[in-house]
Amino acid sequence: MSILSVKDLTYVYSQGTPFEHTAVDKLSFEIERGDFIGIIGHTGSGKSTLVQMLNGLIKPTSGAVYLDNINIWDKPKEIRKIRFKVGLVFQYPEYQLFEETVEKDIAFGPTNIGLNEKEIKERVLQAAKFVDLNPELLVKSPFDLSGGEKRRAAIAGVIAMDPDILILDEPCAGLDPLGRDILLSQIYSYHKERGNTVLLVSHSMEDVGTVCDKVMVMNRSRLEMFDTAQRVFSQGERLQKLGLRIPQITSVIDELIDAGFPLKRGTLTVEQAVEDITEYLKREGRL
Amino acid sequence: MRDITLGQYFPADSVIHRLDPRVKILSLIAFIALVFCSFNYVSLAFTALFVLTIVLLSRVPLKMYLKSLKVIIIIVVITSLLNLFYGTGEPIWQWGIIKVTWAGIHNAIFVCVRVICLILLSSALTFTTSPTDLTDALERLMKPLTVFHIKVHEIAMMMTIALRFVPTLLEETDKIMAAQKARGADMESGNLANRIRALTPVLIPLFVSAFRRAYELAVAMECRCYQGGEGRTRMKQLHLGKRDAVCIVVGLLVIAAVVLLDIFFAAYV
Ligand SMILES: Nc1ncnc2c1ncn2[C@@H]1O[C@H](COP(=O)(O)OP(=O)(O)OP(=O)(O)O)[C@@H](O)[C@H]1O
Ligand SMILES: [Mg+2]
Repeated sequence: MSILSVKDLTYVYSQGTPFEHTAVDKLSFEIERGDFIGIIGHTGSGKSTLVQMLNGLIKPTSGAVYLDNINIWDKPKEIRKIRFKVGLVFQYPEYQLFEETVEKDIAFGPTNIGLNEKEIKERVLQAAKFVDLNPELLVKSPFDLSGGEKRRAAIAGVIAMDPDILILDEPCAGLDPLGRDILLSQIYSYHKERGNTVLLVSHSMEDVGTVCDKVMVMNRSRLEMFDTAQRVFSQGERLQKLGLRIPQITSVIDELIDAGFPLKRGTLTVEQAVEDITEYLKREGRL
Repeated sequence: MRDITLGQYFPADSVIHRLDPRVKILSLIAFIALVFCSFNYVSLAFTALFVLTIVLLSRVPLKMYLKSLKVIIIIVVITSLLNLFYGTGEPIWQWGIIKVTWAGIHNAIFVCVRVICLILLSSALTFTTSPTDLTDALERLMKPLTVFHIKVHEIAMMMTIALRFVPTLLEETDKIMAAQKARGADMESGNLANRIRALTPVLIPLFVSAFRRAYELAVAMECRCYQGGEGRTRMKQLHLGKRDAVCIVVGLLVIAAVVLLDIFFAAYV
């Protein structure tokens, strides 16, 4: 049974005006519990619009989103409950910080759920741990943190609601390379530890290739591909036509394959590549 | 949030769009005075017709005008009602302290038509003139005030910047609201006090980002050696053309006509 499925999902901005624009066009797909899914696509392909529909922030123009087989808009009054189950971290989430202390800000979500003080405290500490936020920072004002720390505090604010599905819209945008890697591995270990479903919107093919099991490719408001990361990234030419590319390591391996070496198409991580190449060299007796 | 059309430029290619913004501003002031100087039904009808002509000439969809009227319609209704019930003279209908008189009915109609004309005229100006042109023209018109040590250029610059950032701030508000809703903020239900409290998570980030933007803008302007109006030249010079002359003549004729109508049909109040 899939945890989240959408059927003929469509969203039109400014309907009925000259500025009408279909941002998401008849999307249908199913997401299994525990998946780690990457969403990639050219700018303006509708990724952000799609994820905002998944947690009920915007109402689809037509089509439906089913969470645990229930249409989320069946009871519009209870849409807030959906938002607790499907946590969405926006692009540049640090701009949402507002409380006096980081701790209070992270507690905003759990407080809205209506948990008691002890539970809230627990959730905050746990969330802070997941994003590796130093406990000393919790008493500081969120405006006194560094950019990367603000980002992590804001992500903790959503994780603290303990959503079944966590959606992150370009969580690493604007961070330094090391900060990106650290944040990404934290999200990955969070997913491994909690076993919950994660959707990651990203422009970095390397990031998606390293952590995601499946990849969704959006192109001009439509779903172009939805398959395992390996299968999506073995179609370099097709992705290129959509203005995307494959992870660097994948294209290196592809070149080697074209040069006659027996390696695997759609190799996604450097570790995997090193392993395969060593094995090949050993087999050939060159190592 | 985005539906606020009052003061939004609508690019199109019409006679009104091509007029010199200075002429447009002065005409607006003159015509607003005119609307309030139409004392009888004949001159009021004439003025209203003239306003409608401008609206049609502007080639901006009527829907846009209706939208800007929608914002203000409640005020129109309330003032009309007040006028209706507080007229002097012989009551034609009475219920307790509330009475309706002919004078009241006339007043209500006049107020209603006048306010609508007012909104249509000012919308016509803002729809057909880009904010930069508008402040540019204002700066030129207020130039004589520099004699009194009023910093006309600085005021105009502030207005330009404020106008420029209205859509940006609206967009930002949308975004922050969405982000807080995603954390379960409840902004649609509850009583007034609760709703005001629910605004804190939106207002604080909004202020923070407004200050950040202001600071960044100031730095960017200083980096380009901005130091106020003195000695500053302009890229776009305003020139009065034949079209503007025609506009001024037509405007004067209309004013003359209204004054004449006021005098000759004074009985039709
Ligand atoms: N509030 C809005 N009003 C009108 N059109 C919008 C709005 N938000 C987005 N759009 C349009 O919808 C389309 C999809 O936007 P969306 O933000 O979903 O793209 P995206 O895939 O997230 O892009 P990016 O990778 O740049 O974040 C774009 O063409 C955009 O111009
Ligand atoms: Mg986006």
